[in-house]
Amino acid sequence: MTSDTSIAVPAGSSARRRRSSAGPWRTALVTLRRDRVAMISLGIFLLVVLACLLAPVYEHSVAHTDAFTSNISGTTIVHGKPSPVLAPSSTGLGLGVTPIGPTWDLHHYFLGADGQGRDVMARLLFGGRNSLLIGGVSALIACGVATVLGVAAGYFGGVLDAVLSRLFDVVWAFPVYLLAISLSVVLLTSGLTVGPVHIEGDSLWLPILIIAVIYVPYVARPLRGQVLSLRGREFIQAGVGNGASDLRILRKDVLPNVMPTVLVFLPLMTALNMLTESALSFLSIGVQPPNASWGTIINDGLGLLYTRPMVTVAPGLMIAVTAVTLNLLGDGVRSALDPKARLRGAA
Amino acid sequence: MRRPERADSDPGEVLLEARDLTKHFPVRGHSLVGGRQVLRAVEGLSLAVRAGETLGVVGESGCGKSTLGRCLVRLTDVTSGTVSFHGRDITRLSRRQLRPVRRDLQLVFQDPYASLNPRRRVGDILSEPMQIHGYGDRRAIARHVQELLEVVGLNASHVDRFPHEFSGGQRQRVGIARALAMNPKVIVADEPVSALDVSIQAQVLNLFLDLQDEFALTYVFIAHDLGVVRHVSSRIVVMYLGEVVETAVTDPLYDRPGHPYTEALLQSAPDVEDEEVAPRERILLTGDVPNPVDKPSGCPFRTRCPYAQELCAREHPPLREVAPGRHVACHFPLVTPTGDVAQHALSAGGSGSAR
Repeated sequence: MTSDTSIAVPAGSSARRRRSSAGPWRTALVTLRRDRVAMISLGIFLLVVLACLLAPVYEHSVAHTDAFTSNISGTTIVHGKPSPVLAPSSTGLGLGVTPIGPTWDLHHYFLGADGQGRDVMARLLFGGRNSLLIGGVSALIACGVATVLGVAAGYFGGVLDAVLSRLFDVVWAFPVYLLAISLSVVLLTSGLTVGPVHIEGDSLWLPILIIAVIYVPYVARPLRGQVLSLRGREFIQAGVGNGASDLRILRKDVLPNVMPTVLVFLPLMTALNMLTESALSFLSIGVQPPNASWGTIINDGLGLLYTRPMVTVAPGLMIAVTAVTLNLLGDGVRSALDPKARLRGAA
Repeated sequence: MRRPERADSDPGEVLLEARDLTKHFPVRGHSLVGGRQVLRAVEGLSLAVRAGETLGVVGESGCGKSTLGRCLVRLTDVTSGTVSFHGRDITRLSRRQLRPVRRDLQLVFQDPYASLNPRRRVGDILSEPMQIHGYGDRRAIARHVQELLEVVGLNASHVDRFPHEFSGGQRQRVGIARALAMNPKVIVADEPVSALDVSIQAQVLNLFLDLQDEFALTYVFIAHDLGVVRHVSSRIVVMYLGEVVETAVTDPLYDRPGHPYTEALLQSAPDVEDEEVAPRERILLTGDVPNPVDKPSGCPFRTRCPYAQELCAREHPPLREVAPGRHVACHFPLVTPTGDVAQHALSAGGSGSAR
């Protein structure tokens, strides 16, 4: 039969001329590009990131303000008239002053001021930098460490697997927030010293590392299971049968097959870690003042909830938008990388 | 294709040999208090593969054929016994020590969909053994990859394709090309056509035969399909529950099976031309293969054997030569030392239908 030696794809002229055929990665990329929801989500997310990166520019060149020092007796301009940033108040909750509300004027307290007279919009952008940085970097660390540990546990098995798996179980057995809170409370006061490296209590690295560590099992355990099933696959056996070293098999056969899973986890973990960071910062055990994050700004706004809700609502909205877009993007990445999921979606 | 002269392997020289090969898998007990059980996949098995021959290994699924294949190429560790290649014991060699051996000892897998990494191009898959064993520089490897593709009947332009772009038969050809990459002496083929369409099976089998002529290959050909094995094999090993129950040259074995299990296997395979040669009643295999975790006492086949007697439950029959070139593990072999059909086989076979 000749059909066995001719190629299975329809013998169209384009298929014949194409020398190099599209690999799974490029196919996934094309699929992802066609996914409108994922692309819009990515666009919104990148817009948020860009805005937050431009925080210093906004602070100095647009709003002419300082996001990190209080401005108790300052004035600003509303409708062409100078007005005090903090007005004395007899009815307001808390500080006895009512900060200026949203002016919707990008140059003068766009979203109003917080209880210390600081520009909420500028703080929102700076806070976003920290929230996104902590979420993103801790997601990278968590996924990186989880990939190494999960793949090692699944591939080498035996004692290593037993030890690592129990370790994951122990970490995962604690409620996430309980563990994060305990770690934060301890480390914030004393800082963290590992050998020659010392991390101060107010460093951003503390929330990054704490959040990364507590979510490692979340990623590592499914990866371990995937590698466990990969290890039994015949193409891995073929590598062994050809005398390939473990390193070679891991690099050429195992990692390329688990990378899609890691890539799906990455945006989802960024969103999850950002939420965790916000929660910790809201509880004052994440980002430390005068540094800001969306969580700390929400906390700042608590006392003003009835008079100036925008201080709380704006960062809350940013958190929600970022988390939703990252999750939608993650779903898009998943269905682009997993053809079976795509089939299920179509059915 | 470059290929060293094979003066070192005289015809008939034993290339690959297993002695008392045993492979047990630990099985989790059914209850918490139950002791550790073992699955005896291969038990005390001995066989020798001679240069240039094709040794067919047949048996029902679950009889340990695949495990045997993996033990022979040392893809799994062996519980006890030895595997030797060219007279050298390779049973306890480390992975590093095994590397040079693996050039000569290759495996072709059953499932062409699982045996090729979906994320690697065919050229990458085929050049891997050459990179590992130091075949030459990049250009030499690329040239050899093209040669390999053509040798197995694929197009040299397929190097940049991914496995999912091929049909099952083409994928199996890629798997064969990978096994051929370092000019092996022995290829263990583990049911290489059972996952393929019947129309493709014949093509791939013929490819195996062509390659054997071209490269003086020795095959261990594992299959559950007697027709497939007969087509390619010069000698046959019949396995049952991890043991060899019969070995013989192909044609005599098909004409006059020496072990009741071989007879049952042959008769369960529909074959029109056998009707005249073997006028006996059909003995169909009843029931399933016993659980290899809990094997019957004495002869492992006695629970399904129409000729079973009281002796069979008591004593395990050794594999012994019952006729020239024919070894059978049965207390009551179906062939006489002259190679004729034994008397009790004729009569018991007749009464077999009355069961």
